[in-house]
Amino acid sequence: MTVAMPKLDEAVLARRADIVAGLRRIVPGEGVIASEEAMRPYESDGLTAYRALPMVVVLPETTEQVSAVLAYCHREGVRVVPRGAGTSLSGGALPLGDGVLLGMAKFNRIRAIDFENRVAVVEPGVTNLAVSQAVDHAGFYYAPDPSSQIACTIGGNVAENSGGVHCLKYGVTTNNVLGCELVLMSGEVVRLGGSHLDAAGYDLLGVITGSEGLLGVVTEVTVRLLKKPECARAALIGFAASEDGGECVARIIGAGIIPGGMEMMDRPAIKAAEEFVHAGYPLDVEALLIVELDGPRAEVDHLLERVQEIAASCGAVTCRASNSEEERLLFWAGRKAAFPAVGRISPDYYCMDGTIPRAQLPLVLRRMQQMSAKYGLRVANVFHAGDGNLHPLILYDANKPGELERAEEFGADILKLCVEVGGVLTGEHGVGVEKRDLMPAMFSEVDLKQQQRLKCAFDENGLLNPGKVFPTLHRCAELGRMHVHAGQLAFPDLPRF
Amino acid sequence: MAENLEPREAAEVEQAIQWAIADGKTLEIVGRGSKRRIGRAAQWDMTLDLSRLSEVTLYEPAELVLSAKAGTPLSEIEKLLAANNQELAFEPMDYGPLLGGAAGGASIGGVLSSNLSGPRRIKAGAARDHFLGVTAVSGRGETFKSGGRVVKNVTGYDLCKLLAGAWGTLAAMTDVTVKTLPRAETEQTVLVFGLDDAAAGKLMTAVMGSFADASAAAHLSVSLAERLAETAAVGKAVTGFRLEGVAPSVAHRRVVLEDLAKPYGSLATLEQAQSRAFWRAVRDATPFAAGGPSGARDIWRISTAPARGSEVGRALVDRAGAEVLYDWAGGLIWAAVEGTPR
Repeated sequence: MTVAMPKLDEAVLARRADIVAGLRRIVPGEGVIASEEAMRPYESDGLTAYRALPMVVVLPETTEQVSAVLAYCHREGVRVVPRGAGTSLSGGALPLGDGVLLGMAKFNRIRAIDFENRVAVVEPGVTNLAVSQAVDHAGFYYAPDPSSQIACTIGGNVAENSGGVHCLKYGVTTNNVLGCELVLMSGEVVRLGGSHLDAAGYDLLGVITGSEGLLGVVTEVTVRLLKKPECARAALIGFAASEDGGECVARIIGAGIIPGGMEMMDRPAIKAAEEFVHAGYPLDVEALLIVELDGPRAEVDHLLERVQEIAASCGAVTCRASNSEEERLLFWAGRKAAFPAVGRISPDYYCMDGTIPRAQLPLVLRRMQQMSAKYGLRVANVFHAGDGNLHPLILYDANKPGELERAEEFGADILKLCVEVGGVLTGEHGVGVEKRDLMPAMFSEVDLKQQQRLKCAFDENGLLNPGKVFPTLHRCAELGRMHVHAGQLAFPDLPRF
Repeated sequence: MAENLEPREAAEVEQAIQWAIADGKTLEIVGRGSKRRIGRAAQWDMTLDLSRLSEVTLYEPAELVLSAKAGTPLSEIEKLLAANNQELAFEPMDYGPLLGGAAGGASIGGVLSSNLSGPRRIKAGAARDHFLGVTAVSGRGETFKSGGRVVKNVTGYDLCKLLAGAWGTLAAMTDVTVKTLPRAETEQTVLVFGLDDAAAGKLMTAVMGSFADASAAAHLSVSLAERLAETAAVGKAVTGFRLEGVAPSVAHRRVVLEDLAKPYGSLATLEQAQSRAFWRAVRDATPFAAGGPSGARDIWRISTAPARGSEVGRALVDRAGAEVLYDWAGGLIWAAVEGTPR
């Protein structure tokens, strides 16, 4: 692979036996894994094209152990890569050959459920879906629902600020967490927020969320619980042109309707999904829109009717509304299986994750088709139409020399296009190592240095998850330096009173 | 009297801060100055007044996004949104009445810097949750940006969150982008009369855990309810719940809500115009307005776990003789207290 990781610290590697022994004093028994064979499962995350064996794996069980491990590594100058379930699609949990891989899987308990305050206090290794399952009996759920929700953990969700299909209406992780316990690289344990809504002081929880494991290791999370909607119905709407689909999305929102979910697929994605799950998708349309309304029955029926009227006014060629829960789930089955469905028509695929202003969709799809011809690789698109988050799937064959590299270049071009039309490099998968070197397409050197100063405030030696997010590693001392020009009044004409 | 710097464009903000750094001057950063009386008196050499940075630079209703220069009056933005049946869903409070200033004096930069919210906080979040992107000048005199103009964005650290609620202590914002949302088609408020704090707390908790899907829940004691036009004549404590949405939905949820509330006390309904006025008053804590009966008291704003609200409120009443107003289903307590020792 083409991404350069921080140079291995030979001095650390030379002390490996001592370090393993030191870690075993903190986490006894099987909590420290040092054999190559046993470490193999940790060599990559969901972005499997990138692999590296860690120096050692540590699986702590208590906050005290996490604190002691980080304090030890801080003292010894050893790098640390935190890991939840390892489902990151951006390489956020890619190990470092001279680093400790800190696996949080053993933090798998739900500590408290508080229906009165509508919060749950969970350990970071609890899976996203397990939170909803634990409160389902009382009619509650946890709103962010990334498609990996059966496997991905809350700790990883906090690190990546994960979204899902319902986030236009219900928000992403950062809108649904209220507090956390965090261990800093120094080993210091801090608590941020709680079960109240506004916390005093700076919103550190807000910057921890989405910081990709570079600022601290979360050991407990307080999440908001929402009442499950009374019912949900979906409409499946086909269009002869993606422009019409885009117009329909704009008009639905323009009419003041915020659907629980609004997903679009292009022709290649529709075809792959239909052939895989037989959801009854029309095969003669260019764009297929799933619009889901949720809430009280009276509201859902009322709005679904309006959505159908809007669809007709936008030239929809097919439009079906679900009349049973089975039918609604069938509408979703194809969309939810879109990735594996694409996996059936291509030996490998590369999933991208840019966000664009919705109105730019037709242009972006057109440009993507041109790129597809240029690179000689097919592309299928699924799109969180409500919030503009696009997931192009680039089809390639890793066994054909040069195809992976072409797929990566194609992907980079797509993400640069997203930025060019006013969007961003990543909507929910994170920067990780995958998009690290594209950051200058969106941010200036000054922007990136400002972000790195925040990193320095939490981890001045750059030991926590280095090599992720930032294309250039600056030393904190260098970032702190100020170049003050001689005090001259540079703006004689600025109004002063 | 400290000198005022009034930059007319973002580049001049950068110049002003660079100059202040070079000259070792401290700066007070203000938008339109409507919240200056909050907090301890600060000391500074000069004031950096951003009120001339005033313009909505982008508004695309179908994209649910608006960008403006930081000093743009909030009232101008709210008017523009209302003309398109949209709003800032976080319903930022207006500190004017509480602080004895004019209403409608805030800037969008000030709203975000102080992470304002309103009764809808329990459903729609605070300013932080709607703050998509920013360009700001750091204390190093460097202009940087963070975030973007799309809702879903995890590219780099979310510095907007850090600036929201930092009260201008971290950077001077020059341009901001926020999420806009459709305004509800209809709204109604159900009032429940005569509950004590504990019963109101219990009912608010029950409603928030029900299908009523209330977008606001507040409780006012008799003396506070008397200070609002909509409830002045009631002569009892008032617990209010707001329902918003399309008409069939509001009608349905009103039944759910009334079934829950009936065992607690007698009920009444506020229709749209009255409902809006009632929640505006709760939002702005007008029962504690500077010109009103509690004007001379110290006002505390306390955030707590909602179900603990009435317990905290009772303690304030019993031990400090406080008057308390509960918003956020008990999660926010406004308390007026006599002579807080300093």
